[in-house]
Parts: sequence; structure tokens; C-alpha cells
Amino acid sequence: MPGKLKVKIVAGRHLPVMDRASDLTDAFVEVKFGNTTFKTDVYLKSLNPQWNSEWFKFEVDDEDLQDEPLQITVLDHDTYSANDAIGKVYIDIDPLLYSEAATVISGWFPIYDTIHGIRGEINVVVKVDLFNDLNRFRQSSCGVKFFCTTSIPKCYRAVIIHGFVEELVVNEDPEYQWIDRIRTPRASNEARQRLISLMSGELQRKIGLKVLEMRGNAVVGYLQCFDLEGESGLVVRAIGTACTLDKLSSPAAFLPACNSPSKEMKEIPFNEDPNPNTHSSGPSTPLKNQTYSFSPSKSYSRQSSSSDTDLSLTPKTGMGSGSAGKEGGPFKALLRQQTQSALEQREFPFFTLTAFPPGFLVHVGGVVSARSVKLLDRIHNPDEPETRDAWWAEIRQEIKSHAKALGCHAVVGYSESTSICEEVCILSASGTAAVLNPRFLQDGTVEGCLEQRLEENLSTRCGFCHIPYDELNMPFPAHLTYCYNCRKQKVPDVLFTTIDLPTDATVIGKGCLIQARLCRLKKKAQAEANATAISNLLPFMEYEVHTQLMNKLKLKGMNALFGLRIQITVGENMLMGLASATGVYLAALPTPGGIQIAGKTPNDGSYEQHISHMQKKINDTIAKNKELYEINPPEISEEIIGSPIPEPRQRSRLLRSQSESSDEVTELDLSHGKKDAFVLEIDDTDAMEDVHSLLTDVPPPSGFYSCNTEIMPGINNWTSEIQMFTSVRVIRLSSLNLTNQALNKNFNDLCENLLKSLYFKLRSMIPCCLCHVNFTVSLPEDELIQVTVTAVAITFDKNQALQTTKTPVEKSLQRASTDNEELLQFPLELCSDSLHSHPFPPVKEHLESASSNSGIPAAQRDRCSSWIELIKLKAQTIRRGSIKTTVTVEKASPVGDGNFRNRSAPPCANSTVGVVKMTPLSFIPGAKITKYLGIINMFFIRETTSLREEGGVSGFLHAFIAEVFAMVRAHVAALGGNAVVSYIMKQCVFMENPNKNQAQCLINVSGDAVVFVRESDLEVVSSQQPTTNCQSSCTEGEVTT
Amino acid sequence: MTSELDIFVGNTTLIDEDVYRLWLDGYSVTDAVALRVRSGILEQTGATAAVLQSDTMDHYRTFHMLERLLHAPPKLLHQLIFQIPPSRQALLIERYYAFDEAFVREVLGKKLSKGTKKDLDDISTKTGITLKSCRRQFDNFKRVFKVVEEMRGSLVDNIQQHFLLSDRLARDYAAIVFFANNRFETGKKKLQYLSFGDFAFCAELMIQNWTLGAVDSQMDDMDMDLDKEFLQDLKELKVLVADKDLLDLHKSLVCTALRGKLGVFSEMEANFKNLSRGLVNVAAKLTHNKDVRDLFVDLVEKFVEPCRSDHWPLSDVRFFLNQYSASVHSLDGFRLECGGTIWAHCNLHLPGSSNSPASAFQVAGTTSVHHHAQQFFLYFQ
Repeated sequence: MPGKLKVKIVAGRHLPVMDRASDLTDAFVEVKFGNTTFKTDVYLKSLNPQWNSEWFKFEVDDEDLQDEPLQITVLDHDTYSANDAIGKVYIDIDPLLYSEAATVISGWFPIYDTIHGIRGEINVVVKVDLFNDLNRFRQSSCGVKFFCTTSIPKCYRAVIIHGFVEELVVNEDPEYQWIDRIRTPRASNEARQRLISLMSGELQRKIGLKVLEMRGNAVVGYLQCFDLEGESGLVVRAIGTACTLDKLSSPAAFLPACNSPSKEMKEIPFNEDPNPNTHSSGPSTPLKNQTYSFSPSKSYSRQSSSSDTDLSLTPKTGMGSGSAGKEGGPFKALLRQQTQSALEQREFPFFTLTAFPPGFLVHVGGVVSARSVKLLDRIHNPDEPETRDAWWAEIRQEIKSHAKALGCHAVVGYSESTSICEEVCILSASGTAAVLNPRFLQDGTVEGCLEQRLEENLSTRCGFCHIPYDELNMPFPAHLTYCYNCRKQKVPDVLFTTIDLPTDATVIGKGCLIQARLCRLKKKAQAEANATAISNLLPFMEYEVHTQLMNKLKLKGMNALFGLRIQITVGENMLMGLASATGVYLAALPTPGGIQIAGKTPNDGSYEQHISHMQKKINDTIAKNKELYEINPPEISEEIIGSPIPEPRQRSRLLRSQSESSDEVTELDLSHGKKDAFVLEIDDTDAMEDVHSLLTDVPPPSGFYSCNTEIMPGINNWTSEIQMFTSVRVIRLSSLNLTNQALNKNFNDLCENLLKSLYFKLRSMIPCCLCHVNFTVSLPEDELIQVTVTAVAITFDKNQALQTTKTPVEKSLQRASTDNEELLQFPLELCSDSLHSHPFPPVKEHLESASSNSGIPAAQRDRCSSWIELIKLKAQTIRRGSIKTTVTVEKASPVGDGNFRNRSAPPCANSTVGVVKMTPLSFIPGAKITKYLGIINMFFIRETTSLREEGGVSGFLHAFIAEVFAMVRAHVAALGGNAVVSYIMKQCVFMENPNKNQAQCLINVSGDAVVFVRESDLEVVSSQQPTTNCQSSCTEGEVTT
Repeated sequence: MTSELDIFVGNTTLIDEDVYRLWLDGYSVTDAVALRVRSGILEQTGATAAVLQSDTMDHYRTFHMLERLLHAPPKLLHQLIFQIPPSRQALLIERYYAFDEAFVREVLGKKLSKGTKKDLDDISTKTGITLKSCRRQFDNFKRVFKVVEEMRGSLVDNIQQHFLLSDRLARDYAAIVFFANNRFETGKKKLQYLSFGDFAFCAELMIQNWTLGAVDSQMDDMDMDLDKEFLQDLKELKVLVADKDLLDLHKSLVCTALRGKLGVFSEMEANFKNLSRGLVNVAAKLTHNKDVRDLFVDLVEKFVEPCRSDHWPLSDVRFFLNQYSASVHSLDGFRLECGGTIWAHCNLHLPGSSNSPASAFQVAGTTSVHHHAQQFFLYFQ
């Protein structure tokens, strides 16, 4: 089905001088989409040309609309020789294809050249007229919304969460094609950029199709990655969670987004008595047994037919009947069964989300992860990427079986990653095994009454901590106690997860960033031998990383880890492991014990002394940390709790395996066997080092906190100042006889210094918190270690920081108010609808509100059938509306000062360039996100042959990253947005050759473009009536057209 | 373990004012780190020297990248690469274009050419300002000069518009450009006691009253060049000293008016003819380029120094010059003869007189009839 793409080239500015003689440029523009190209006139002798072209119209399939980027090339006209390229702009027109997103792309885009960087700017207007396609067999999936955000986007409500979607496409890497030997670096870079843009468009379209097939309308937690496999090709893969979302279109309907995202989500229905009617031992239910029969049935992923069934899908630890135990109870069993049936339809019950609607998460089992070492081979037929698919399918099966072993039927906070060195590739997947509430998974088949009761039972503050597995048949040795919160169900003593802290969880004190860092030398080897060596090392690394995490957690006096991310990177002669997580003290879990040190040689007096000295230091550190993070749990005497299991043992909640090219699965028991949990034995210098390294971690300076989750546990009074940053460090190891210890120390110092540097740089923001601290390690060369950090610093109000925890009474009050709000929500939705659909003529507006009037309740009653039509209907109306009233948003024109001041949305009126905020979080402190404009997914290559002249490697990369930020901001501004949320730098591959004075860097970033309104502004607006919003866009339209 | 690469890029570009100042002052990274260590920042923040080094390098790199934009400040406002809040942008520009008093005094009135640039190392050693900083300031002068040289309209406005400077700084630049264009000699030893502020004040009044722009606002170079016609007219002032009767009459008028009001009346009366001759000759010579350049030297030699040797207090000099120019108007013959007058009067830093650190310098004149009787005042403060 065709769509019409219209492009207008308005003007350029700050162009580079291309003609040395006149110091001017004769610029013209080529606009290319698919195979069609248009040209503007040549604008002679100007660095600020005004082309003001006609509308260039492309009539194309919507399949192409999704796949292809719009390519704009600025050239310098030369009468006698070939025209010189100044640079290019790639515009992803995908955001124009959703019904609710942007209607026009208009603004100044930096003109980018892969050799020279940004060279001036160009003003472009892009529109799409889309004719809706109702063909069932279509290849396009326009209208499916994509979000990078790993939670339900702020202005939407999840109707159904369908589940996992994945896809991958492969191609040859242009950099490695024979033609690359004869073409210029520029041509090769551009070929690569274009190919990746095309592939990600295709990938997104294919995923969209799967979503439509599942009857969803959106993908949340969309994560797209590139694997640069070198000779063997280029893989673009993506995972996400298909959902059916409903727009809460009234700005007043959704709760204050930010000031306290935690507060917002805390306002969920909950019950003070956690488990009123279950408890005493329910009879063993045969149901429970049944639930574990996963059958790979109808599936939406391509490899559904692959023969993976040989991997045992039955639980490894036989959770037999008769062992359902007291914590089960009929409700739980019933719940399981229901959820099971909901999940049974899915091949992989995985969710890429890390934060969930209230009540969604019932229990959390623990982290599950799987790794596999593979040898890359050339992808022979790009259209059938079976091997790569099979690899991932294998790993996912493993994850699934691990989850099952933990008594969980789903995996949340799921992510996948790769590390490639030469022809060896480590594939990793990890997630958190969990039991979910079926309410969100099923298409409304659950009877309301049951649903409600379940919800009341399960959505307590401590519910998610309760073990999902069977107490008597635990998958690994564990130490269980009764929950410190409800005292009724069992909890483990430590909990590791990959998700964000559930907002209804009760936390004592503040959280902190905990990292485990590890290096292992490896002999250089080829192919098979190399792969074997790596897979032999992997279990030891996992074990040590885990031990480090556990020790550091104890040292901080905390008992749970959230947002755990373990990254294992392979290099030519070493392996690096870096685990980051946010430690917290969960009130429901028992107080962690201390760390004891034991020496091996008891007779040596001075040695004894040394040991006791160390012990003292450790105890001091724990005490200090408790004070620092304000961890003072209420004293509970043992009697009340009753110590059910006498033997304290450390056990791991990590269950993992790694496999080589074969399908052999080895499971690793990470518990310390029979040894006492918290005893560190110092028997050699290595162990000494370990203890020392434990103590060398310096806490952040006062006024600073850091975490790698979305929000810092224990802080909820954010102020509006945010600063997103990326910092990159590369160190060269002093070669030759490196030992593991030296390596470890170097790596540790690198990370610690990097953090210290960040604290120093951001000292003006104190008190502040570094959120979403994301470390990425890569080993670009033999002796180089590269660490990339992206995070956001958010200021908070110190004075209010003290009153963080709320009493239950307050909460129940809040709950009441929430209920009211929920009641109100619907009417509000209506009035807001009319507010939002302002660009429509009045008649349409009535139609619209009428449709939502009748449509939404219908959707609630019978979601599966009506929502798709509803969305289509909406899409059509909106699309037509947008054609009629073309609202041109002139963003940042040079003379647009006056124009700019008319707008109410941009926060900074003085500047001519609108401020665009960027944040890796899903929210903006002190502001409300009013609209999602579409996904930003950009890939850039920059190369230089004059490295020294550009200020060396640092100068080169600094400029490049700044340019990438600039291009992201420009695209968001052109879409009419003022922020990027869930921003992530997925790849930053840096290669240098200082001898040749050359360097090359590839960067891949993504995020969600949004419009936000400051809460303070919002109050003004709402008091003045919502018309202001409309007015502002009206005036804009008038000004520019 | 050596650091190969170390960068920090914020979505909002971080600008550290202290480091910016160090960078502008031309310190190398090592010197800057040493200075920062000495400022006690390590103790305040608990950072290490390595952290400071990395931080300083980072800022320097950012400034280096920004420098290209600072050469054309409007670009800084419209560029997309660095997201900087407007107040910070203004600060960056203002600081970048700020100059050292000692340095500007050295190059004021000199031709902004390559030759002068070569002498910068001498100036650097003399003033103790780093060569880098000298170069930046010199290049700033030259850049501003080049841009506004050929422009119509008010000099200050042009500078403000093209360089987004604050009003005060734009005025200073206007003075620098004006002096460079007319190449007024300011480096002589005799003139050393005058500060840049004094000259800038003169320049402002001269731009207002003596240039083409003062006469006709639609000319090119209007504020840069002196009005030739006006200078020609000044020749006619010669009658004041050439005509014996007129001279006497003028003297008697001034003396009558000032009797009793001046502390140095007798010295004034005795020196009147010399002073008057000095002033009028300076004015009459201004048709030659060389004499224009020596304007300030001549004024000091012919008028300021005699006054200073007689220990005139500042207020008396003012009185005298006001009266001197006012009296000319009442000279009958002068009115009839289409004469023109320039009255210069200088308030000086007179040893032993008032403690005022400022020296005032005023030139007052009436031009010929067809220029009406415009009055020109020019103060050195």
C-alpha cells in the first residue's frame, strides 16, 4: 500500500568553505529515498543558502517507508570537476508512521560527514501521507509503536502484556567486501551507515508484524544491537516485549511523573494484611505439578520449528507433588495454573521490562543467566540466518529451564548481549526468574472476582521477596527465614535480580552502586582451542564475580541487589568480567551477617595479629557503611521470627550455565559448599589481595550517591536539574609479564578513578545522585582496556530527603485517593481527548471523543476483538486530520527568536536553539511526559586520517561524541520534542592506528523522543484552562505557513 | 598503566570558570594543574592530582573546540554541537574578549599587523602576560577591527551585534579599533601616565564629535575616520593667535571672567598667550596624518606640561578651559570672520595639586559658521 513522502529543503547555514578562491560555496542538495532522487537548484556563492525548494514527492510502499531512511546529501557544485560532497543527513521517518507520534519532521539538522564531522546545518521539512492498509497479508507494520523504555511508558496504560518478541537480520559488512579495497573510506563508511539504517528499519518492521500477529500494538523495552562480526558479517538483532497499550491522554489523569516516580507507583491497591486466608498447609495440589509442563506450542518467533525440545524442559530438581508445602496454598496454585496457561502459548515467557505495573510481579526467584561460546563462520545466505537464530534459541531455552528450576514460569528484566573477538563470540543472556500475575497476560478471561482476590493477596510490599520455589526441594542450598515484614512466608537471606526495585518494596536506608571487577589472562590461541580455553575460564570468572558481589554487598551491610548486569568481555589474551548492581537493604529480608576472616596458619603470632587487624578494619567498614547509607533496621529478636533453619549457609541465587559449541550444559553451584558463608580464608597472597581490594573501594564523597537502577532507593525528592554524560577511558597496560593480580588492580583502579573523576566533575551539582550508571568494557586491542560510562546526575533536595519512608497509614490514605483518581480517570480521559485532538476541526473532535466514549469501555470488556479496530479507526482519523491542518513547527530558525518566544513548551526561551534534555531514565524529574514521538535509533561512523591535528585520540572521540549528542538533539527537536528518555549508547567501538595517524569510531545510540512539560508550568496551564496548549500550536502554524 | 584516552562529554557542556580563566590566561595544562592544586581544591573535594589533571585536560579540550566558535560569537548561539545555557554562553564570550589593561596599553594605536604580532613576545616579557594570552587578545583586536572596518552604522552597535559583547566591552573595543585605525601615538614615555580608560574616554567623544559619522550617518567607515573637512576648518582657528588684537581681547575676556576664581590666576595670566598658541597650533596642524597621530603627544607637550609645571590644580584647569572656549563665542571679530576655534583644555595629573588620580583632558572648539557652532568636548578621565 502506498504512502506519499514529501520533503522540502528550506535553507542551510554555517556551511564550510568549499571554494578556496572566493571563500564561499555553491551548494545544492540531493534528496534520495529508495531509488528516487531529487535535486535542488544550485545556490551560488553563499555559506547560508536559501533553497526554499518545492515539495519533493516520493510515492512509495509503506514497507519501504519503514525500512528506508531518507537520505539528504549536500554538495558543492563544481563546473569543471566532480561535485564535492559536503555531508549527509539521514532521517528515519518511522516516527511519522505512528498515529499518535509526530506529524511533521521539521528543523535544523547537522550536516554530517564521516571524515570531517559536522559541517553546517540544513533546514528540512518532511511529511508523510499514509493510506491505511487493511490487508491481512501485508508486509508492513506501520502503527506499531516502539519504546526503548523498559517500563510501561508514562502516558500509557498496559491493557495486556503479551510477551517476548525477537528478530535478527544478517548481512555482509560493507567494510569487508572486496569493493572496499577500491573505494574511499568515506564511501565505505556511508555504505555501512546506510546498510545498518536499512537493516534496523527492516528489523523493526518485522518485529512490528509479529506484534500485530500477537494482537499487540506496541513494543516496550525494545533493545536493538549490532554484532560486528567482521569477516563473517553484520548481525542486527532486537528483542522487546509486545504489549497492548492504551493512551491515558489527559495530562491530568496520570500522576505526577517525576518528583517521585516511586511515590506514583506506590499508590497501588494493597492490603495491609498480606495473606489473610491462605497459610495453613494447603493440601498438596496436583495442579502444581502440571504447571511445569511447558510445551513449545504456537509461537511467533521464526525458530519455533527448531528442534530444541531435546533440552529438558522439565524441572531439573524434581519438584514433586506432595511438596507444595505451607507457603503454597490453593490460591497460589490456582494462580500458577492460570499464569501458566497464559504463558503456555509462548515459546519464551520472557519480558524485557525492568519495572512493572503494580501487582504484576508476584514473586521473584533470582537471577538466571546463560552463556555460550561460539565460533563465527561466514554467513552464507543472509536471507536465512538460521545459525544465529539457533544459537539464541538455545540460550533462551537454557534460561527458561533455569527459571523453571527456580519454580518460576517467567523471566523478567531479560537482556541479551555478545562479546566478539576475532572469530570467537560469547553470547550471554540473563534475566530474573519470576512468578507473574496473570491479569496482565491474558485477554480478559479471568473472572473479575478471583482476579481481585488474587491481587489483594499478592501485591503486598514483601510479596515479591517470598520464594517461589519449594522449600523442601530447593534448586540449590539456601538459607530461608520467615519474611521480616509479614512473618508468614519464607524469604531467602539475599536476593539478586536484574530488574529495578519494585516501587512498593520497603527499603531501609539508601542504596548504592556495587561493582565486581575481574580480569583473567588467557593464552592466545586459534579457533577451536581458543573457544575451549574461554569456556573453561568462564565458570571460574562467574564464580569469582559472584563471590565479590556477595562480599561487597555484605560489606555495605545490605541484603539485595537490583539491576544486576554481568558483562563478560573477551579479548585476545584476557577475559574481563564486570558486574554492576544497586545494593539495597530490603526490610523483608534478614539482616546480613558480617564477614569473618580466618587464617590458615594459626600458630604464627604476628600473622594472627595481622588477621585480627584486618577483621577490625572490615568490621569498621561495615559499621561506617551502615551509617553512610542510613541502614538502621528495627531490632527484631530472634524468637519472634523463630530461626527455622539453624545452619547458616551462604547460597547463591545465581543459577547459570555455560556451554561450548556443543549443547552440553553444565550447571554451576555457586554456593560455598559446606563452608560457613561469611568466612574469608586467607591462605595465600591472592586471598590477601582480594580482601584488600574489598577495602579499597572508596565510598563516593559526601553529597553523592550512585546506583545503576532507574531511581535511587531511599531518595524520592528529585529537583529538576539533570546532566547526562558519557565518559570514555582507554588505558594501555604496561605489557609483558602481566599477572592476574596486576591486571585486576589496573582494572580496579581504572574503574575507581573513572568514578572519582565523575564525582569531581559533577561536584557543582551536590547533593546529587548518579542514576543508571552503565559501565561497558571492551578490549579493542591486545593491551588496551576501554571503559565507557553513561549515566545521569540528578540533583535532589537534601532537606526533604529525611522523610522518605511513609507509614502504612499514610499509604492507605494515599490508596484511597488513588481509588478516587482511578474512578475519575475515565471522564478525564474524555475531556483530555478533546484537548489533544485540537488540530482537528471541531466536527472531528466530536467524532473522536465519541469514538473514545464508546470505544474504550468496549475495549475493556472485550479487548481482544475491539482494540485493533479502534486503533485503526483512530489512526485513520488522525492521519486525515494531520493532512488537513499541516502544523509546521519551525524549530530553531536563525531569525526565529520572536517566533520562539511564542511557544510555551520549550523550557528555555532566551536561546535560539531549543534545549533538548537527554537521560537514560524513563522519566524527567519535575516534569511530565505528555507525548511520545517515536524511537530514536542512530548509528554513526567517524573516521579521521589526521588524528594528531584533531587533538589526538581524546580530541577525536570527544568531538565525535559531542556531535552524536548534537545529532540526537537535532532529530528530537525536529520531531517537536524537547527530551530523549531511556537514552542508551549501545555501542562505542573505537579503533586507532596512531602510526598511520588514523582512527575510526562507531557509535550506536537509541532512546525515546518525548515532549515534556514542567510540573510548575503545568499548574499554570491547567489553571488557565488547557487552551493554551492549542493556542501555542495554532500560532506556530500561522507563523510558518 | 598509561591512560591513552580520557574524555567526558555532557549533554550540557560543563564549563568551569576557574579553568576557563586559566586557559584564557594562556597556562599550559601542567601549569594550570599546579595552580589549581595550589588553590587548595584537592583538600576541598578530596580528589587526587590525577583526577585534577584529567579534569583540566578535558576542560582545555572543550575550550579548544569552542574557540573556533568564539571567533564568531553568533555562531556559538546557533551551533548545535555544544548545549550551553545562554548565561554561560554570554560568560564565555565576555571572558574570551576581555583583555588585560597592561597589554592593551602596549598595543593601543599601533597598526594591527603581522609586524606588531611579532613583537608580542617583547610585550609578553614586559607585562608578564603569557604569550598565548597576548596572542589571543591581539587576534581579538584584529578580528573585531577586520569585521567592523568597512561597516556602516555606529561602531559600538556593530561590535555589539557581531560579537555579542556587553555594552562596556563593546565601547572599549570601539576605542581600540578607533585608535588602531587612526594610529594615535600612545606609547611615548610622556603619555605613560594615561590609562586605557583615559584614552577610551577620549575615543568615545572623538567618535561622537569628530568623525564622519558625527556629520552624516550614512557614510561607510563612519565612526572610524576623522572628518577631514572638520580638521580643515580647524586651521581657521589660527586667527586666534595670529591676530594680535583678537588674542588680547580673548585674553582679557578669559581673565576677567576667571579673576578670583582661579588659584593659579597669576600664572595663567602670564602664560595665557603660550597656552593659547599651543592649543591652537595643535588644532591647526591636524590636517597632516603625522600630526594627527601625535595629537596626544602634542597636547601633553604644549599644554599639559606647562600647566603641570605651574602646579595647576585640576579644577582650575577645567575652569580655564571652559572659559577659554566660552569666551571665543563672544569675540565679535571671530564671529564675523568665519573663524573656527579649537580649545583644548587639559585637566592633568598635576603633582601637588588635587589628589584626583584621574587626569581630565578636554578639547573644546567652535567650528566655522557653516558648521554652526558645534561644541566638542572631550574628556580624559
